[in-house]
Amino acid sequence: MGQVTLKVWRGNSESGQFQEYTAEAGEGMVVLDAVHQVQATQAPDLACRWNCKAGKCGSCSAEINGKPRLMCMTRLDDLPPGEVITVEPMRTFPLMKDLVTDVGWNYEVKKQIAPFAPRKADHRDGTWKMHQDDADRVQEFRKCIECYLCQDVCHVLRDHHKHDQFVGPRFLVHLAQVEMNPLDTGDRIADTKNKHGIGYCNITKCCTNVCPEGITITDNAIIPLKERVVDEHYDPVMMLLRLVLPKKKSGQRSAVSGQETHG
Amino acid sequence: MAAVSLPLARKFGETARRDRWWLTPLLVVAGFGSFIVYATWAALQGQHYWVNGTNYLSPFYSPELWGNSPHAWFGKSPSWWPAWLPYSPAIFILWAPAGFRMTCYYYRGAYYKAFWADPPACSVGEPRKGYIGESNWPLRIQNIHRYFLYVAVLFIFLLAWDALQAFRFADGFGIGVGTLVLCVNVVLLAGYTFGCHSLRHLVGGRKDCLSESPGCKAMHTGCSALNRKHGLWAWMSLFSVMFADVYVRLCSMGIWKDIRLI
Repeated sequence: MGQVTLKVWRGNSESGQFQEYTAEAGEGMVVLDAVHQVQATQAPDLACRWNCKAGKCGSCSAEINGKPRLMCMTRLDDLPPGEVITVEPMRTFPLMKDLVTDVGWNYEVKKQIAPFAPRKADHRDGTWKMHQDDADRVQEFRKCIECYLCQDVCHVLRDHHKHDQFVGPRFLVHLAQVEMNPLDTGDRIADTKNKHGIGYCNITKCCTNVCPEGITITDNAIIPLKERVVDEHYDPVMMLLRLVLPKKKSGQRSAVSGQETHG
Repeated sequence: MAAVSLPLARKFGETARRDRWWLTPLLVVAGFGSFIVYATWAALQGQHYWVNGTNYLSPFYSPELWGNSPHAWFGKSPSWWPAWLPYSPAIFILWAPAGFRMTCYYYRGAYYKAFWADPPACSVGEPRKGYIGESNWPLRIQNIHRYFLYVAVLFIFLLAWDALQAFRFADGFGIGVGTLVLCVNVVLLAGYTFGCHSLRHLVGGRKDCLSESPGCKAMHTGCSALNRKHGLWAWMSLFSVMFADVYVRLCSMGIWKDIRLI
């Protein structure tokens, strides 16, 4: 492939600038390899977070040619040949140094979400019985590697900085994961509307487009949650029906056996 | 390059993206915009919406509650309609499909980007600083979508009936190009309507334990299959309904001649 030119953001929380570097590109190389080469040969102080180099740890999130992507999963030969490759840190989070951002806000957000609250165990040995069909839906959400690329691309956080009112697509996926779990007894719908700000999402599908795990964030997590919010807060017929027919959460089902044991 | 302060404030349209990010919003504006202009014009015409000698009725005018065609349910235009206001049977019904599409989750995402630039495209700078999204009025009204869905489902059955009627000609059973146009149209509209996110929720998505209700599970699976390409169904059905009206209109005006296949 020859040489590639990288335009890498260098700076800290105060100021910064793009700096150009060149790297020898070999077959199968990814952007993270090129950044490591720059670190090894030209800029030993270049800060870059990475870990698995296999698209599973979610550490090397950055913006490559303006698109949020994992550096370790972006092959150089997939980028336009002969053009300078721009590598920037994620814009949604405070910059620490060069390509490394402080994603600590996400950990604080997660603490605010009511945790998974399973029903009483179905069996005396503390286990539950659930149908694979019911598990399938939430298993998709468990693929999340918390790379926060979806948070980065979400314009509500990225451009409008609604960090104090909106949890972002990553945590709407998390909410869907616990809320739709057949074993869960919790009810987070009021929080999803009021505290976690689902109404701010205007369904651009940018989060779905950048997810390296291919989670259908908008269609399978956010919109179903929006519909559950409609059920409880905007649909007068559903609200009326709920008065007549009390809401039946999975945890209120009769367990198969051994109800006195806890998981 | 001079050092700059962080965070970088981005101007409208500013991005490091190198691809043609502006193409999709431009196509949405062109496609959706031309449909809105044509549909408004066609709905206000009040004529050339059925073809004599056939049972073709334009989907923009179905169901025809009051009107001059043989398809009208309650006879001629209503006596209480103000004389100074031009009458068109489409006025009574087009609010339903229009509302269904305007509040559709797919279209919302598409037109927020294309018409409001909110954002213009993913990771592209926006023109406005303020943002409330759908968290407050007026866009909170989008939550009414499922009510438009109920009417849209009813319309699918009515349009399917129209498509069946299109097999009946003055001389008996037959198939014309118009029959095929109306049949394809109702299939595409059904694919769009039955893949609706709200329907997917109502038929089963609202349940955590779908396995307890095999009927709900089957409907949810079917809806989900259609929902995967909801955007494609949305565009195909939008153009097919427009083409069906164009076909009926031009045949009615005598510009096109319907070809009988059988």
